[in-house]
Amino acid sequence: MREELQLSELPEIHGAMAEFDTPEELLEACERAYSAGFRSMDAYAPMPVTGLAEAIGYKRNKVGLCVLIAGICGAIGGFSLLEWITVVAYPHNVGGRPLNSWPQYIPITFECMVLLAGLTALFSMLAMNGLPQPYHPVFNVPEFERASIDKFFLCIESSDPKFSVNETTDFLRDLGAKEVTIVPA
Amino acid sequence: MATTENLDSKELIDPGPDRILGTGHDYETVTDRIAGIVYLPWKRSPRKWLVGAFISFVFVNLLMLATGLLFFKGIGIWGVNIPIGWGFAIVNFVWWIGIGHAGTLISAILFLLKQDWRTSINRFSEAMTLFAVACAGMFPILHLGRPWLAYWLFPYPNSMWLWPQPRSPLEWDVFAVSTYGTISLVFWYCGLIPDFASMRDNAPHLWQRKIYGIFSLGWRGSAIHWHRYQKAYLLLDGLATPLVLSVHTVVSFDFAISIIPGWHTTIFPPYFVAGAIYSGFAMVLTLIIPLRAWYNMRDLITLRHIDAAAKLMLGTGLIVAYGYSMEAFFSWYSGDKYESFMYWNRVTGPYGVCYALLILCNIALPQLLWFRQVRHNVLVVWLLSLVINCGMWLERFEIVVTSLHRDFLPSSWGMYIPTKWDWATYTGTLGFFLFLIFLFVRMLPSISIFEVREVVHHDRYMERAYEEKL
Repeated sequence: MREELQLSELPEIHGAMAEFDTPEELLEACERAYSAGFRSMDAYAPMPVTGLAEAIGYKRNKVGLCVLIAGICGAIGGFSLLEWITVVAYPHNVGGRPLNSWPQYIPITFECMVLLAGLTALFSMLAMNGLPQPYHPVFNVPEFERASIDKFFLCIESSDPKFSVNETTDFLRDLGAKEVTIVPA
Repeated sequence: MATTENLDSKELIDPGPDRILGTGHDYETVTDRIAGIVYLPWKRSPRKWLVGAFISFVFVNLLMLATGLLFFKGIGIWGVNIPIGWGFAIVNFVWWIGIGHAGTLISAILFLLKQDWRTSINRFSEAMTLFAVACAGMFPILHLGRPWLAYWLFPYPNSMWLWPQPRSPLEWDVFAVSTYGTISLVFWYCGLIPDFASMRDNAPHLWQRKIYGIFSLGWRGSAIHWHRYQKAYLLLDGLATPLVLSVHTVVSFDFAISIIPGWHTTIFPPYFVAGAIYSGFAMVLTLIIPLRAWYNMRDLITLRHIDAAAKLMLGTGLIVAYGYSMEAFFSWYSGDKYESFMYWNRVTGPYGVCYALLILCNIALPQLLWFRQVRHNVLVVWLLSLVINCGMWLERFEIVVTSLHRDFLPSSWGMYIPTKWDWATYTGTLGFFLFLIFLFVRMLPSISIFEVREVVHHDRYMERAYEEKL
């Protein structure tokens, strides 16, 4: 009875966060956490670290596919718009030249392709990252503000089936973390 | 917290042409140094910044006056006439858009070529691109005669059921320039997101944290986010690279597709692109050399950058020189009397002085950059960059005016003399451009912080590898 009461009084936990000084330490910690069976985790770094996303089990990056589809749509859309204008909507005889003068449409077709693909590169990246996001539990950790400056973090989330407060904290300490904190949700 | 003391307490030393960054930097110091410029209280802004911002703001007002009068009275206040219908507006349009191109070259093409020295100057040159495109875009619109109807240029269903002519290079320009402006903005903002997050977490005041926090979109540096981010950034680079080449090609088509002697040549697209990069690098140097002195950033923007930019200027300048010589050669080799008259008139006609100055500024003086002593003398490089800026402006003046003013029929010859409002509009956009640059260095990190961190990491890795080898 007493134990149950305590659990319900505890704030919800997002996970356990370990702090590291260098990207190499973080990368190694991620690899070890992954091989220890943790799957629901995320690593945070102030700059891109090669191989970090792969180390925590990230596989399929769909940004490229989105950009490819958008580029094709932009090119087809741009070209058909011009065809439609010059052949259907506003056929205009210029010195007896053919209405379907497709080589003249290539520059605008190209620009439409780049425009749509470029906008999609930014917006698909943001959408898949779930940004803009006004609140995220990791910001509850005071040290986390250094994650955008000079510190490297690994957060094993409580949604992971292997997660347990004490064991995971000890595990992170064993990985050589400078500090381990519980992240309130 | 950002520390601003070290900004003005000690003179920072340029590490010379072999290193991208000064020694002794770590992730935190680069953040503090770059963000510290933005956090510097307004009262402690360098006096030169205040003077510069004030003077450029005066010219912003001149621009507003000149465009206000133009809206009120029409383009009769400019010196344009028939036969010279294009005048300053198109000269300045081509000049400004060319300046923008170096920014995209530095950020996109040098990224794809893995030139990591670009890191310290790419953010700044992207901003320069954006502001230059803003200035460039103004001119064709102001030149329309009825600028408030500029939206007619876009294909949209209207009650008149009229559509623009997509076979015209002028319509291609609408798409090329508006796409270029949009993609430059996307590219710039995309690069800024992680730095906004650093600014949010590092700012001394709550209001600053809130503002940068909004723009950072809640970026938290997750590994998976970085992975998608890098992919998006790489693809944007891949898209911006052909885009930048296409934009000035399309601009050159405005001329090359016509039948005017001196314009109707196939050398125009490559020669315009090379000229654009040439003038753009000149503008980058014109701006970063004073900036790194005012804000004491000699250890972040080093002689390595200035040397590399000077070499690129020399290289593109030689391509431009090749373009000039081919123009001369073909005016003779074509056997076309209008072509050869055009060239003869360009050299010895009423605008001959401009041509002589053009050769001096764009071809003769920049040859000094062959010498290492010249490239490593920051003041001389800065003066040469000013000379090249003038030279490239004269080139556009030559192309637009001398070809138009004497074409096939002597009865339709004329002269173009710019009026004071032409000059007011031109200097006004210069002021507008510089004012935006002044605001930019004051409000946003003018060097990409997260990319400099990567350079720090790389330098450390190399140092360790070197020590292990010893």
